[in-house]
Amino acid sequence: MDWLQQHLLTGIIFMPTFGAGIILLLPAGRRELIQRVALGSSLVTFLLSYMLFVGFRQDATFQFIELLPWVSAFGMGISYHVGVDGISLMLIMLTTFLTPITILSAFDSIDNRVRGFMVALLVMETGMLGVFASLDLFLFYIFWEAMLIPMYLVIGVWGGKRRLYAAMKFVLFTLFGSLLMLVAILAIYSQGHEQFGYYTTNYLELVTLQIAPGAQAWMFLAFALSFAIKVPLFPFHTWLPDAHVEAPTPGSVILAGVLLKMGGYGFLRYCVPLFPLATARFTPLLVTLAVVGIIYGALLAMVQPDMKKLVAYSSISHLGYVVLGIFALSLQSVTGGVIQMVNHGLSTGALFLLVGFIYQRTHTRQISDYGGLASAMPNLAVVFLIVTLASIGLPGLNGFVGEFLIIVGSYRTQPVGAIIAAIGVILSAVYLLWLVHRVFFGPPGAAVAEVSRAGKPLQDLTRREWAVILPILALIVIMGVYPQPFLRRIEPAVNHLVHSYHASVTSVPFPAGRNETSLSMEEIR
Amino acid sequence: MAETLYLIPLFPLLGFLINGLFGRWLSERQSGMVATGMILGSFFLSAQLLLSLLARQGEQVVFVQTLFSWIQVGALHIPVRYLFDPLTAVMTLVITGVGLLIHIYSIGYMRGDPGVRRYFAFLNLFTFMMLNLVMADNLVLLFLGWEGVGLCSYLLIGFWFQDADKARAGMKAFIVNRIGDAGFIIAMIILYDQFGTLSISAIAQAAPGIDVGRSFFIIVTILLFIGATGKSAQVPLYVWLPDAMAGPTPVSALIHAATMVTAGVYLVVRNSVLFSLAPPTMALIAGIGMFTAFMAATIAITQNDIKKVLAYSTISQLGYMFVALGVGAYSAGIFHLMTHAFFKALLFLGAGSVIHGLGGEQDLRKMGGLKKAMPGTHLTMLVGVLAIAGIPGLSGFFSKDEILWAAFSHYTGFISWIWLIGIITVGLTSFYMFRLLFLTFYGQPNEKGRPEPHESPSVMIIPLILLAFLSILGGYVGIPESLGGHNAFHHFLAPVVAVFTVAEAAIQDTNHLVEILLMAMSTAVALGGAYYAYQVYVGQPAHADALAQKLQLLHRLSFNKYYVDEAYQALVVRPLKSLSGLLWRWFDEKLVDRVANGAGDIFFQAGGLIRLVQNGLIQQYAAFILAGVLFIMGYIYLN
Repeated sequence: MDWLQQHLLTGIIFMPTFGAGIILLLPAGRRELIQRVALGSSLVTFLLSYMLFVGFRQDATFQFIELLPWVSAFGMGISYHVGVDGISLMLIMLTTFLTPITILSAFDSIDNRVRGFMVALLVMETGMLGVFASLDLFLFYIFWEAMLIPMYLVIGVWGGKRRLYAAMKFVLFTLFGSLLMLVAILAIYSQGHEQFGYYTTNYLELVTLQIAPGAQAWMFLAFALSFAIKVPLFPFHTWLPDAHVEAPTPGSVILAGVLLKMGGYGFLRYCVPLFPLATARFTPLLVTLAVVGIIYGALLAMVQPDMKKLVAYSSISHLGYVVLGIFALSLQSVTGGVIQMVNHGLSTGALFLLVGFIYQRTHTRQISDYGGLASAMPNLAVVFLIVTLASIGLPGLNGFVGEFLIIVGSYRTQPVGAIIAAIGVILSAVYLLWLVHRVFFGPPGAAVAEVSRAGKPLQDLTRREWAVILPILALIVIMGVYPQPFLRRIEPAVNHLVHSYHASVTSVPFPAGRNETSLSMEEIR
Repeated sequence: MAETLYLIPLFPLLGFLINGLFGRWLSERQSGMVATGMILGSFFLSAQLLLSLLARQGEQVVFVQTLFSWIQVGALHIPVRYLFDPLTAVMTLVITGVGLLIHIYSIGYMRGDPGVRRYFAFLNLFTFMMLNLVMADNLVLLFLGWEGVGLCSYLLIGFWFQDADKARAGMKAFIVNRIGDAGFIIAMIILYDQFGTLSISAIAQAAPGIDVGRSFFIIVTILLFIGATGKSAQVPLYVWLPDAMAGPTPVSALIHAATMVTAGVYLVVRNSVLFSLAPPTMALIAGIGMFTAFMAATIAITQNDIKKVLAYSTISQLGYMFVALGVGAYSAGIFHLMTHAFFKALLFLGAGSVIHGLGGEQDLRKMGGLKKAMPGTHLTMLVGVLAIAGIPGLSGFFSKDEILWAAFSHYTGFISWIWLIGIITVGLTSFYMFRLLFLTFYGQPNEKGRPEPHESPSVMIIPLILLAFLSILGGYVGIPESLGGHNAFHHFLAPVVAVFTVAEAAIQDTNHLVEILLMAMSTAVALGGAYYAYQVYVGQPAHADALAQKLQLLHRLSFNKYYVDEAYQALVVRPLKSLSGLLWRWFDEKLVDRVANGAGDIFFQAGGLIRLVQNGLIQQYAAFILAGVLFIMGYIYLN
């Protein structure tokens, strides 16, 4: 048992790669076997991570830590160092939960080069889990970059017509940000040497560094740019609609469900704790971009003619809430931001899956081709509506919990942002309900009519599709009605984060922007 | 007693789950029975709780039950906690009582509809959400109910979603309500920031003693009131309610007349302590309420769709309730809420019976002379019309006059324009309601070739009869002292509503003579309206058209609802769409994306330059290496 505890996290991270290795040994023709192995290994990963969830002590420390020296030559001090706190736990759970669902959905939606696709997905899962679990800056960077390759392939090989353009755009945007981040990591590395007398990339050590305000500023910006592109924050978002439209359904699900969360996670894990003074200084900028993104993404979502693009722009709006919550830096707002990342992963993942189900049958994503789908596919319509309502933030479903915590928690530090965010909830109802209206209600649209003219009526959700969507649906309801098991795990870590941030901002004199952002300890509720 | 509180909302929730998940295995009849049975259960429990509240009259009694922590992060704690006090008791009984009758009626009305299981599932879900709304002890749980009833309203307005217009009406309702909800949410965050809690009772307790500027309470209450204008269809957010008539008629009766639309009234009364601390907001509420009441009444007089007339009438009556709240007569507002629930549900169900009997016809001009064919519907609707018109002895008379009296005494000292408009609106109300009655049941049948009208089955008529009794007797719980009663209703609610001194004085006023005089006046106006409607629509039927000709401009304004929908389209909806389109096509695609791609191009071009160097010629590479070595050596040497 003890042995398991010590290596559980590593097991979770590399289980998918292990599965991928087995798949590579199988002949490419054994399609069903490949699919089963892929699903099996991702399910085992999920079960292991569930043990993580259950065994997690509800406090602020990092747990399930595994620390091995890795590159110690020349005293480089790079280690394999992983561990979880409440924040990374949630995102790891999200990843291990969505991956098997995505793989199962790929049974239907991917029919060429199945082996390659499954390998790419599984390797990607390892990459994502590594990003969330790393407690070593170098290791983090490796995982961060390693993620890119499989996603590039997923979009570039299995994507739509303009897949190469979209894949290239995705990679270039991300690389551009992460190269600057690498420079900043190296700078921290040398700072560490100056202050400790030895080199280390250990996050837990580096987080205690006292970096001069000026240096913090540029390092913060280098990290933040990388994360802002990933989130994506307005105006770094233009890669996202292209990537989503071209990506195959499983790619979109992972992209929206997990990949974007790496940006929000990066802000929380690296930007705020490593550079508190710079965080205080640049908070107004980031909050402004977040709030602009909320409204901007919603307005653009409203006029999109393509379903996937609509959902992509809605992501920009929803993640604006997340970034607002993070940089409002109160206990409630950050907790809300974390839970909202999970919520967004679930509901947007589900929306992409559902759009994929529809596309599979009609081969069009143009909203104007639709209408009356609710009569032809009542079950799909009900599921779609529930997911939509979760996304709108209807109380009783998961989206509300995050949105509410963010808005309530942001008001003290970011009153204007909180109020604009509250007004933003109107717009999400507008574009999503209008989408539902145009696709599902009214008389049958061209795409629906054409399929039924061909003599085969549209089939409602198949058994496999139910299996894909039902777990997400269940979680949407559970997290809406009783979010406490999740909130309880997130809260201590966030509490620690927020308190250390406010402590370091108030203790060190910092000339610019202090008055707007600093808070005394009593004021943090 | 408190242990059974959770069962009240649980029953309809169960009904929703049974019909929603397993409906396909139930017969139509079973489906209706399950849904109705659940409401019956809730009704019995509520009645039982009411009795035990009454038994302890005089003490400050509230039943409270905490189920579990819904959201808890740090100091922010939102439990699922229900309460049952006199205000909740009234609301719960209206919801489950009127709701029960409407469920029964629906069994007949929806017979044969392929979506009947979905219908009952939604109706039960609605009841669950509405009960949450009125039983919640904190604002967030209340908001859950608030949004939940909005959802059910959306689903039921667009119940026949194959019709794009009906589905669109549902969407409009949801979105317009969301505008109000934004106000509600902002009010919540400001309240939490100030009080550190969102428990309604805790806020009410702390509010009077807290040291913040008066403007704080004004802002918060205005924000809450914005929420109320959405749900309770007041100016400027009333536009969704007339369209909401696209839903099945029993839905219009339950959701869009008796219960959901009164949620805004309830919200204000529930937070009456806050509102009483913000007199300017109170004045605003009274003003908006009166304006809405009057304007909606002027639209109702020209509408030809029987349900549209009733919809505008509902908006108008809700306006009266807000007048009551605005002048601080909270219990009078709730009193009118209750009596209105009785008679408006009756009128809607009666209209539904007529529509049912005519095979779906809703146009008043194609009705007429139905008195003989539909005697039960006719008689019960007559009772409803008399009640809403404010004819003495029926429920509407007592509740409306309490409001008018409160308005009158509140504004003594300066021009009591609110009272005056209230009296004028009484006349208008009486006119349009009798117009509806006459056009439907009296005169000659207006169209040949319509299906032979038939009376509805008893499963529909019995609820009408029961509601007719309630519409008559419902007022007797609140007979004013001037008429020898002692306003039991007011005293029952007294422990839970704030005391707004001016209004309190008015109701306690011993000057019964003035009050009786005012009653006589409003009765005269109501009778006048009725008489005029008789003259126009029964006496000389041609007269109506002549009148419309004579007042052409006014008639056209009223008939077209003052073009408010068109104005919103032109001023809000279309500009927003164009703006978004421009942002997308010109800003996002042409600017933001170009800049980003342009930055990418720079790298590609830089790459192109470097490619010139990497040409595969070994000699050249060697030359570069040599140059490099020389450069480094030179650098070291020079240092």
